[in-house]
Amino acid sequence: MKTAFAGTGESGDIYIEVSPAAAKSGVEVNLNSTVGSQFGNQIKKVILQTLEELKISDVAINANDKGALDCTIRARVTAAVCRATGEDIWGK
Amino acid sequence: MMFIPGNNPAMMQDAYVYAPDSIMLDLEDAISMQEKDAARTLVHYALKSIDYGNIEMVVRVNPLTSPYGKKDVRAVVSGGVDVIRMPKTETAQDVIDLENEIIKVETELGCLGRTRIMAAIESTLGVINAYEIATASKRMIGIALGAEDYSANLKTSRSKEGSELMYARERIIVAARAAGIDALDTVFSDLNDMEGFRNEVAIIKQLGFDGKSIINPRQIEVVNEVFAPTRKEIDKAMRIVAAIKEAEQKGLGVIAVNGKMVDKPVAIRAQRCIDLAIASGILTKEEVDE
Repeated sequence: MKTAFAGTGESGDIYIEVSPAAAKSGVEVNLNSTVGSQFGNQIKKVILQTLEELKISDVAINANDKGALDCTIRARVTAAVCRATGEDIWGK
Repeated sequence: MMFIPGNNPAMMQDAYVYAPDSIMLDLEDAISMQEKDAARTLVHYALKSIDYGNIEMVVRVNPLTSPYGKKDVRAVVSGGVDVIRMPKTETAQDVIDLENEIIKVETELGCLGRTRIMAAIESTLGVINAYEIATASKRMIGIALGAEDYSANLKTSRSKEGSELMYARERIIVAARAAGIDALDTVFSDLNDMEGFRNEVAIIKQLGFDGKSIINPRQIEVVNEVFAPTRKEIDKAMRIVAAIKEAEQKGLGVIAVNGKMVDKPVAIRAQRCIDLAIASGILTKEEVDE
């Protein structure tokens, strides 16, 4: 796995950067969001859930959110992970 | 049909507010090669999650001959898309190839037959083959003109009066009507020329097109205004349809309204007028059924 990103800094979008982390270190999410105080926990929950579905752990996530819907968060995490792993694990 | 780039979440989530008849999320020309993968996942999850109500959801995929086309088809069919718009369709075989890809995915998902197809005709060969394309699959619901590529292929450029498109438009309309499917006109790209846009919509309506592709919500109102029938036309159509119903109930074969015979073309035109009035929000189905 390599460091990769997906998404933009546009309103309604979320920028997700995925980096490999040490074995058995789990998932670390560093979130910066315009709606962090209202929806920070929900955004992190969607990121973690998506990673779990994709069977990805031992990664660090940098997320810069501009009010993205859950489906956008899910899509950006998926795209970033596909780019990081170099595998089209999408949709499996 | 409102075009929305498939990698713009804000536009994708707001598009339904403008109440277009259909929304086309674009994975093709609006998306750079570097972003094809991200747009594909975004469109998939948007289709799965956002409730667009009664708006028909269309996705323009990349050509199957590109490295992206088959992945696009898998992503949007599994997302539950209503219609796949196929770009640069040139032959009936192009449609059959797309249908075979759709069948593969639908068979895996257990939803065989769900996805419909619209073909964009964007070349001289496509225009020549319009009827074969229109009848290539039972899933076909419409054919559309893509004028930018077509004009380039003709070795000309687009003009405001659109004389270079006349043959293609007429051939596409005739092919669609003969096949019993819809015909959709190309986009008008100059957002600052609303007068020119209105003129073009009036021309394509008169030619017989069912609708117009648009690139901005500002254009929706103009299309609805031009396509909406007048009160006089609606009243006449309602009288004709009522007379037909009454005649059916009484078992009469020949009908006249205001002294003029109502034959099949008149009846079809009246029903189309009422359908357009409902689509434009002038009439409700309840008013028609009364």
